[in-house]
Order: sequence, then structure tokens, then C-alpha cells
Amino acid sequence: MITFLTYLINGLNIGSVYAVIALGYTMVYGVAKMLNFAHGDVIMVGAFLAYCVCAYLGLHPIIAVLGAVIGCTILGILIERLAYKPLRQATSLAVLITAIGMSYFLQNMAQLIWGSDTKSFPSIIQGDAIVLFKTVQDGVTKTLTLSPINILTMASCFIIMIALTLFINKTKMGKAMRCVSEDKGAAELMGINVNLTISVTFAIGSALAAVAGILLCASNYAPLSPTTGSLPGIKAFTAAVFGGIGSIPGAMLGGILLGLIENLGKAYVSSELADAFVFGILIVVLLVKPTGLLGKKIHEKV
Amino acid sequence: MNQKHKMTITHLFTHALEICESFLRQPRIMAEKIYQKHKMTITHLFTYALVICAYFACQSMIKAEKMTLSLEGQLVPICAYIVLAVSLNLTVGISGELSLGHAGFMYVGAITGVIASMWMRYAFTEESAFFLFFENMNIDFALVRMLISLIVAGVFAGIVGFIIGIPVLRLRGDYLAIVTLAFGEIIRNIMTCLYVAVNKKTGALNFTFNNSDIPSKDFKLFIKGPTGITGNSPKIATFVIGIGLVLFTLLIVQNLINSRTGRAIKACRDNRIAAESMGLNVTKYKMIAFVTSACLAGMAGALYAANFSSVVPSKFSIDTSILILVFVVLGGLGNILGSVISATVLTLLPELLREFDDYRMLVYVVVLILTMLITNSPIVKSLIGAIKEGAKKLFARKNTENGANS
Amino acid sequence: MKKIFAMVLSLMLAMGAMSAFAEDAITIGISGPLTGPYAMYGLGVVHGAEIAVEEVNALGGIQFALTYEDDEGDPEKAVNAFNKMLDDGAAMMAGTVTSGACAAVAAEAYDMRVFMLTPSASSPTVTEDRDNVFQVCFTDPGQGAASADYIVQNNLAKKVAVIYNNGLDYSTGIYQTFEEKANELGLEIVSVTTFSSDNNADFSVQLTKAKDSGAELVFLPIYYTPASMILKQADAMNYDPIFFGVDGMDGILSIEGFDTSLAEGVYLLTAFSADAQDEKTQNFVKKYEERFGGTPNQFAADAYDAIYALYEACNEAEVTAEIANQRRGFADVCEMLIEVMPTITVEGITGTMSWEATGEVTKTPTAVIIHEGAYVGAK
Repeated sequence: MITFLTYLINGLNIGSVYAVIALGYTMVYGVAKMLNFAHGDVIMVGAFLAYCVCAYLGLHPIIAVLGAVIGCTILGILIERLAYKPLRQATSLAVLITAIGMSYFLQNMAQLIWGSDTKSFPSIIQGDAIVLFKTVQDGVTKTLTLSPINILTMASCFIIMIALTLFINKTKMGKAMRCVSEDKGAAELMGINVNLTISVTFAIGSALAAVAGILLCASNYAPLSPTTGSLPGIKAFTAAVFGGIGSIPGAMLGGILLGLIENLGKAYVSSELADAFVFGILIVVLLVKPTGLLGKKIHEKV
Repeated sequence: MNQKHKMTITHLFTHALEICESFLRQPRIMAEKIYQKHKMTITHLFTYALVICAYFACQSMIKAEKMTLSLEGQLVPICAYIVLAVSLNLTVGISGELSLGHAGFMYVGAITGVIASMWMRYAFTEESAFFLFFENMNIDFALVRMLISLIVAGVFAGIVGFIIGIPVLRLRGDYLAIVTLAFGEIIRNIMTCLYVAVNKKTGALNFTFNNSDIPSKDFKLFIKGPTGITGNSPKIATFVIGIGLVLFTLLIVQNLINSRTGRAIKACRDNRIAAESMGLNVTKYKMIAFVTSACLAGMAGALYAANFSSVVPSKFSIDTSILILVFVVLGGLGNILGSVISATVLTLLPELLREFDDYRMLVYVVVLILTMLITNSPIVKSLIGAIKEGAKKLFARKNTENGANS
Repeated sequence: MKKIFAMVLSLMLAMGAMSAFAEDAITIGISGPLTGPYAMYGLGVVHGAEIAVEEVNALGGIQFALTYEDDEGDPEKAVNAFNKMLDDGAAMMAGTVTSGACAAVAAEAYDMRVFMLTPSASSPTVTEDRDNVFQVCFTDPGQGAASADYIVQNNLAKKVAVIYNNGLDYSTGIYQTFEEKANELGLEIVSVTTFSSDNNADFSVQLTKAKDSGAELVFLPIYYTPASMILKQADAMNYDPIFFGVDGMDGILSIEGFDTSLAEGVYLLTAFSADAQDEKTQNFVKKYEERFGGTPNQFAADAYDAIYALYEACNEAEVTAEIANQRRGFADVCEMLIEVMPTITVEGITGTMSWEATGEVTKTPTAVIIHEGAYVGAK
């Protein structure tokens, strides 16, 4: 039982990270109607920036987080302006290829700047794990622990989701985003600055990516290398689709469910086929319910 | 000779020239017409000619011992990459679906191809009727093994392509891309758990997902899960077979594009709804392109695997799929000749510029992004147009200046 | 246009100059991952070999020249690198560094008759059925069995958990013989878990299983990057068993940003410990630290020994630069070296080595323990 609860906590932990990444995907997809393939690599850049601030400059982790968030926000806006904006009228194929190109561009730039050997991310929060439960069975002590970083990860994920929901529903910019997401042309006619709205979306998405990158490396102990972000990025996209792309609670739900399924699958089915498992879910979801758990039905216009 | 005579002669001469020209003009116009009408066929023929010429050039260099070992070692992989690029171009360029799982089909082909060739190596001893049949016909048995393994690889990759195609082709755009990616990774993940051994005496195959199930006696383990394919030597892939596969691929793909089916595939790409309302079965045509592409990718995989005694599964990861996509996009979407050239150049270039290897992928992706921006962005397009106009004007002015000066 | 042409021309000239090789020296080729996640292995080998070549040349006998290429651990690139080095005049190989790449190169080398002595490719598939390939390091099965032996003999633990990378031949190979030997010696394996990629971040499931099954020792036949993550995550879980690694663990102390105190008390089975007191090791370590900074790892030591072994073999077989530098001279050199290889014995810094005709090396492994951020020889 304790073992199961441990898996559950770890699943929630990784699931929260997926959720934060998925929020970024879902926002961009909802507003700009494009799959930002480079999102996973923005995560990596965010983690690297935080690492630099922490390890090279020796500053406090909070400053590192701020630095990474600011850096990634700028990066996100730059990517959008330089690579995606000129292609707003182009086919989705062209946009997707550009996004893939951008993803590889970031990876290779990171490799040139920081080298391809892996780095070990410093712990951003100190403190001993809290022992929730302890039993002795057949001479083996089993403990259920919750480390501070786990609490931080889950809490930040939850706070981010609530803040984002409020932002989308209560602010003027949020309203503009919803509007652009519904109909770009109509939004423009209503006097909404579409380009600005999309830029803001990218900025928020990238800021979230920076947070996600730090959480990924700090609470899941991912080694920091130029390819750190690619697999979690794809998995988080799976989570976004799972929850219903474009929907913020959906991304959250999808992320956490995916984390749980992945971890429990690894523990009870097969640790060898864990990745196949996750991708299998994506395929099944897309075939059975393409709009995801909480997604809206999209009508095709002729 | 006075001035008048001179005039007449010049006159006559000009006339004669004109007459000659009119005679010449007729064929020229006709040639122009033929070219316009059969533009595609001519480009296609040119592609074949180029490949064949390249083949003879390489062969003569090898004969003359002028070719470096490093280039010679790359000939077969280049052929495999050309086939991969051309086949991916069929899906991405002609059918308009972005597939990111091409390396997965390549892997299926590599595995099944190697299984077929290893089975034949041990199942048919030198006394068997099958072996003697080819021996009598003076055909090298390695060649037979290679060809059969290519066919097997193609068939299996095609079947996998069909199975994957059923769900995948119901999706569109970004979803399709990400699902092909997912399938590619699933194939790789499953294949990394597969162990295959062959009985050295009877040729019986033993498949398992658990390494310890393999009886060690008499069995040769040649697909070792995570290690990938090992001990697949001596290699049976040759440059001749590689070029043969390239020509075969070109034949299939180019004829498909030119056919009624090909036009239907393009119609489905350009406007799905219009094509549907014209009564075209969109899924069917997309499936034809997808399966053909998977089939050819499988063959390329078999060729590739037969050339290296050891192939690791990480070779068939998403990175390879992207690399092939780079070949296709830089060669021009839908442009077969372009794929052939870009696959060749982009495979050779990094070897020639080993010192700059760190920058290779970076340069590729920058060029990839720029290509996309240039060909698709109205702003950049108009910018380039303006530059062209400006250049034209500049040249025109220069020319008139030159003319005025002279 | 002219400028571009000039640039291309100068580039080609520069490349031509690079490929020029010494006429009176035997060129040794090494290909290994000099960039990418396994770069530490390739760089170690190249650095170790450089030191050895200098020393050998200073002896005044046979002169060696070194050429090396990056293969990123990829078989296709390794074969390209191999061909390139032959074009550049290499007469024998002291590579390839990683197993998968080495197996592909070995097949080519077998067909073309090029002699190979790999410092670090430990998979048995490298030497299988090939008479021209020899190893300086232990084979993977050897390491697995030796690890189980060591654990039992020194009474380190009764219950053992294993976490290995099932996406890696190296890892699975060691695990399988470890399991066999452990069963034979009565060592109880209570939990076996796997992961499939070195970029895998989350080891919580694997560690929880190990912890809850009561394992006192966790055997990690894996590379140093995932090992470092396991150590970190175990620390966060308050799980503190004995961690026992093999030669892939070597390098864990050099990871940038890694808190080496986490690795305190980690055992690893390797043939080389940098704090050994003999003169040869001291000399090598000193030179290495001066030139490249940092403590040499086992890969550097194996490469160092590989060059000395080649030197020994060349002397024994009377290979000269003249034979090596004739057109495609590598084939002659290969046959000569194959003859003498099983007959020589080399006193190296990784132990006293002799070779089977199959290519496998005979030497005794030693265990080192990590103490205060350094590798210290364990008793």
C-alpha cells in the first residue's frame, strides 16, 4: 500500500511538471492554432539559464527562476516574431516544419553554448523530506515521504493553473485571447491587436516553459543537456491533447493523468515499454475522442 | 567591289540567314512545345540519367583506384538516404502529410530484411536445391539474399504502414505529424525488446522478448534487443544494388506521380473537400501514397542494415526522421530530383567538412527555417521580389549605359 | 565569387595539410565520441593515448603518430571516421571507443584486414568471430561476474537490487552475467528494474522498488549520467544503500554541477585507480593532470596501455614505418600483429595484460571506492 502511495506521489509530481508544460502548449495552440514544436526546447533553455545563474553566478535560486522566466519570455517573443509571424498565412505544413527547425535550432545553439555533456542541476530548495508514514514489515522499513520540492512542484502547478484561468476569464487581454482563438478575422474587426495578443500568448507560454524546465530538473532530477526538453515536451503535448487542446483545466488534468499512468504503468506493467505506453495513450485518445477529455468540438468550415 | 555590291551581298546574306533561321526555328518551337508538354517526363528522364551517370562515374573511379576509402564507404548509405528522401517526399511533398515516423518504417525494414537474409544464409546450405539453382545460373547467392531481403523488408514495412495508416490518415495536419512521430517511437521501443536468433544448422528462427529464452547451443543471436542488429556480416549490400534500388524507387515514385492516381493524390493535398466532392476517395489515395512510401523506406532500411554489420536502434530515432525531412524540404517539396541531389550533397558534405561537424545541424536547420520563410512568407516574398526588381533595374541601367558608351 | 572560390581553395588546402602524416612514423587511428553525451570516454581515450605516444616516441625506437576522429558513438559515423583515417594513412586502430560503434568498425576492419586494439569497447560482440580485434578492457560478462564475486567475497550485502539500462548492450550484458553469478553464489537479487534511455529523468519507481524490497546494495551496471541522477534521487528519498557500479560509473565525479558528496562510499569495479602508488601510475596521473587537468579516468588509462601494447607488439613483430606506410600497408601490419598478439605480456597501469587469440584480455579487476570526491583503492 505504501509502495503504491509512493508511486502515486511520484506520479503526481511528474504529472504536475507535464501539466505546466502542457499549459504552454495548449495556450499557444488555442490562440495561434499552431503546434509549437520548439516549446520543449524553450524548457531546456529555461533550465540552462537558471543553471547558469545558480552555478556560475552563485545567486539565490529565486533570482535564477526570475532570470530564466525573463530570458525565456524574451526568447519566446523573438521566436514568434522572427519565425512564426511571417508564416501566419502559410499552410500548417510550412509552419510545422519551421517549428521543428526552430526546435533543432535551439538544441544546437544550446550545444554550442553549453556543450553536450550533461550537467547536474543544483537543488533549489533545501530541507529534509517529511515522513508521512512508516511501517516495518518482514524486517523491511517502508516509509512514505514527501520532499519539499515535491510540495513546491505540485503547489506551483496548481497556482499557475488558477492564475492562468483567472487571467483568461477576468482580464481584457484574456478576453482578447479567447476572441482571437475563436476567430482571428472577427477579432481584428473588433479592434483587437491580433499580433500583440499572439505575442503575449507566446510570452506567457515561454515563461511557463521556464518554470517547467526548472521544475523538471529540480524535482525530477533530469540531467541538464541540450536534449533535456524534447521528450518531456512531446509527452506534455500528449497530455495537452489528452485533456483537450485549447482547454486550460484540460491541460492540467491531462498532465496529471499522464504522469500517473506513466508511473503506474512503469511500476506494474513494464518499465521497458513506458514510452510506448504514453504514446499509445495519445493514439488511442486521438482515435476515440480526438477533442480530448475536456475539449470542445471543432466544426470544420468549408 | 563598290559600295552598291557590298550592300547587295550584305542583303543577300541577311536573307539567307533569315531563311536558315526560319528552318531552324520550326524544330526549336517544336522542341519547346514538346518540352512544355512533357516537361515532367523530361525531368524524370533527366533524373534517371543523372543517377546512371553518377553510377558510372563512381565505378570508373573505383576501378582506377582514385576514390578514397571514406567516399567508397559512403556510397551505399547515400543510396539508402536517397531512397528515404524520395519516399518521404511522396508523403510530404506529393500527398501533403507531414510524417515524422519515417525512421520507424526504416527500422521495420532493417529488422525484417536482416531476418530474411540471415534465415536464408543458414536455411539453404550449399547443397540445397535452391542454392544450386542459382549456382547453376551463375548468380551469386548473396545477391539473391539481398534482393529477397529487400522484397521482404518492403512487404513488411508496407504492411506496418497500412496498419498505421488506417488510424493515422483519419487525422489531419499537426495531429497526423505528432501521431506518426508517436508511432515511430513505439516501433522503436518495441523493437528494442526484440531478440531474434537463428539456428546455425537448420535455419530455424527463434523470436523472443526475453533474452534468456534463447537456447545458446547452435543458435546465433543476431538481433539483440537494445544492441540492435549485430553480427550481420559479411555485408551483402553493394553499390550496384544500392543504385538499383534508387532507380527502382524513382521508377515507382515518378510513375505514380505522373499517373491518374498521382494526380488524384495531389488533388487531395491541394483541396481535400473539393477532391472529396469530385468523388475521389481521399483516404484511399492518401493510403496509396503512405503505404508506397513506407514500403520504400523499409527497403532502404534493409539496404542500410545490410551495409553495416552493426546497427543501433538509436539510429532509427526521431532525429533520423527529421534529417530525412531536411533533405526533402531543402530539395524542394514535391521535387524528386531535388530530393536525390540534396540527400547526396547533405550526406557527403559533413564528411568533407568534418572539422565543422559541430555546426552541421545548426546550419541545416537555419537553412530549413529560411527556406520555409522565403517560400511561404508574403513579406519575405515581396522583399525578394523588390530586390529582384531593383537588381533588374540596376542591370538595365548599366546595360543602357554600356550601350550608350559603346 | 572570387572570394568564395579563394575561401574554398584555402579550406581544401588546410584540410589537405591536416591529413598529411609523418613519413617515418606508424600512424595509429582512434575514433570515439569527442562530442555528445559520451564525450568524456572519447576524450579520455584520446588524451591517454597522446601521453603514451609521446613517451613511446621519446624512447627513440619505433615512432608513432596519432590521428583521431569524432564519431559521436554512432556506428555509421564511426565507419566513416575509420575510412577517413585509413585515407589519412593510419596503419592500425587503437579504437573504437564505444561498443556499438566498435562492432560496426570491427566488421569493416575484418573485411579490409586492419588491426584493431580497442581500449574500451567491452562488448563481446566486438571480438566475436574476428581474429583482428583485441580488447584492453574487460568484457561486459567478465565485469558482471567479477562484481558478483567481489560483493560476496567482501560480504558487502545479502540482498541486492539491480537498476540497468535495457536500451544498452553494455548494461544488459553485465546484468545477465551478474545475475548468473549471483545465483550461483547465493546472492539474493530482490529487485530488478530497467530504464530505456540515458535521458530518462525519473528513477522514483526503480528506487522505490529497490527500497521496499529491502535491498542493502544497489548494483548499477550503467553509465555515469543516469547513475548521478539515481544518487541524487535516492538522497532525496532518504534511501542510503551501498551503490556498486562498474567501469561506466567512472567519470561521475567530473559531471559539472554534481555534488560529489552524494557519491561518497560508492564502489566501482575498474582496472585502474588513479591513487595507486606505483611509479608508472603516478607518472601518468601527473602528466595527465598537467596537460589536461583533472584526474584521468579508466578510459585514459586503458588507452595509455593500448598504445604501449601496440608498441610491444610492433617491436615483437618487427613492424616498421616502411611496411606501415606503403599503399594499403595496414593489411600486412594486421597479419603480423595478429601473429604476435597472443604471445606478448604487457605490464600496464591497469594491470598485467596478456591476450587470448580470440581477442579477450586477461587481467585482474580492482575495486575503488569514492571517498571525499576522489577514487580510492578499496581493499
